[in-house]
Amino acid sequence: MTDTNVSRPATGGASALSVEAAPRSAAPPVRGDRSRKRDTRDAVLFLAPYLVIFTVFVLAPLLYGIWVSLHDYDFTLPEAPWVGLENYTGLLTGDSPFAETFWQSVQATWLFTALTVPLLLVLPLLVALVLNQKFPGRNLFRALYFAPYVLGVAVVAVLWRYLLDTNIGLVNHYLGVIGLRDTVPWLTSLPWAWISLVGVTVWWTLGFNTVIYLAALQDISPELYEAARVDGANAVQRFRNVTLPGLRPVVLFITSVTIIASVNMFGQSYLMTAGGPGTETRTGIYEIAEVGLRQFNTGQAAAMSLIFTFFLMVVSLAVFYAFRDRDARR
Amino acid sequence: MSTATTSRHTTAAPTPPPRRGSSGPNPLKRILQYGVLGALTILFISPLIYMVSTSFKDTASAASPDPQWIPSDPTTQAYDTVLGTEGTPVLRWLLNSLLSAAGQTLLILITASMAAYALARIDFPGKKVVFAVIIGTLFVPPVILLIPNYLIVGRLGWLDTLWAVIVPGAAGAFGVFFLRQFFLGLPAELEEAAAIDGASRWRTFLQVVLPLSKPALVTLGMLSFLTNWNDFLWPVYVLFSPENQTLPAGLSTLQNANAVRYDLLMAGAVIASVPVLLLYLVAQRFVVEGVSRAGLKG
Repeated sequence: MTDTNVSRPATGGASALSVEAAPRSAAPPVRGDRSRKRDTRDAVLFLAPYLVIFTVFVLAPLLYGIWVSLHDYDFTLPEAPWVGLENYTGLLTGDSPFAETFWQSVQATWLFTALTVPLLLVLPLLVALVLNQKFPGRNLFRALYFAPYVLGVAVVAVLWRYLLDTNIGLVNHYLGVIGLRDTVPWLTSLPWAWISLVGVTVWWTLGFNTVIYLAALQDISPELYEAARVDGANAVQRFRNVTLPGLRPVVLFITSVTIIASVNMFGQSYLMTAGGPGTETRTGIYEIAEVGLRQFNTGQAAAMSLIFTFFLMVVSLAVFYAFRDRDARR
Repeated sequence: MSTATTSRHTTAAPTPPPRRGSSGPNPLKRILQYGVLGALTILFISPLIYMVSTSFKDTASAASPDPQWIPSDPTTQAYDTVLGTEGTPVLRWLLNSLLSAAGQTLLILITASMAAYALARIDFPGKKVVFAVIIGTLFVPPVILLIPNYLIVGRLGWLDTLWAVIVPGAAGAFGVFFLRQFFLGLPAELEEAAAIDGASRWRTFLQVVLPLSKPALVTLGMLSFLTNWNDFLWPVYVLFSPENQTLPAGLSTLQNANAVRYDLLMAGAVIASVPVLLLYLVAQRFVVEGVSRAGLKG
């Protein structure tokens, strides 16, 4: 045993946060420089497979994307002339031939997000409150409502395109049965196309948010409800003063996750409306993918992704601060 | 109470002794509750039932405006066509999807568990930085990676091959984060005991840590498989040849092909759904718990 007592516990203690902490008195046998070298070697070996993939497909593309956005890049052509910020200024000033469709797609994205997020915040909460009662079969219902989410967007979109078909769809059929208009062009004209896309998305993902709400509801201590009841709080007061505050962190999570999912909307548009009518329901991701990966205006598309990312970060920060403020005011 | 009736219809609430002194189950409320739950169930499940039902119809009744919930003349014609060789290689898509989802899941489980173990249990210089960089990318919007990753995959010669839908998706940080959290919660004593017994780090990892981590590995495996199986945008753009597509991308090809044949589309959709629904049935608890735990920790 050497007296270089600064070496770490053999297996890293309880938490990575204690990396620099001195070993406690009950630490396992003290080890020296050689074992520290061995630790480093082991760490490199254990990390290597992941870090290779991570570097090639996450870190490198981050930089590569910026580089591409500064060039007139078309990977089917040999030359990629440097154009500086032209791809960006073209989009921002409207000079680029893609500016119009790009900004339209950004607007479509925000419209979709603004319509879906409130619905996906409120409806799943209502469902979760119903499911949070104690009754037989609760888990069965939870599983049933979550099922569409498991299916993935391709199945969901193909299925609903059938159900929403103007002439042979079930939806119009049953609207006719109850005496309403049975010729609604659900997927081919506005505002119906948006109503369809939002409705299908809510149907598809409601279960996901419900499950998260439900888990959070079950984490709220029953004693708080008992206490409120003893104080004479009625159901509405208990909801406002116990349930809602207890849900706050989860609401932040659900809001961010739902915004991110809505902003990334692609499959529903692609498969149900093909972006139509015209390009009205073509979302940002859809536009970026078409311009970059189908028309090979790759530099333009890279610039679009970075502008789009900038918006996303602004929104994320806004969501974060909105919730932080409310916490501070309490 | 010795003469209590045992009617099957009252099993839910026989004699009502109020539990816990508080308001007992109010029958009216219960009826309302089950009414709401039943309506929601119909809303969520009936489209899926109609999908299955249509897949067993012939082309004409699938395109009929009068809904047939039970096919009057059930036929496997749609499946025969779709699984046959007549230009709709659904069987091939199924195989591609299985290879892709299973391959990526395996790759994630291997690479993420090794990396997470190093980050949870081994001390080395720069550990905090490595961890911070990996976790930092959890907050990077995926749009940024779409175009450059396409170019990188192109340079590797992976376009229109399954490599494109297996490897890049394994670079995500979630698996590493998720497993590291789990490893940190394992009692270190067992590993120390193994180390004192002379087991190498690798052996300790394989024979002590991984067996203890089965629940976490299963959960991550389920989520990875589901995600890859259902992925749509990426496969649609990186796989062009019909025979190289995965099921979701193939469905879009099928939808765009000639006149829309809903009997075929629904058969394809059923084939794409069955594996995940089965997986979900078996692992429902893991999937739902995994999702809700991710929500609570976030």
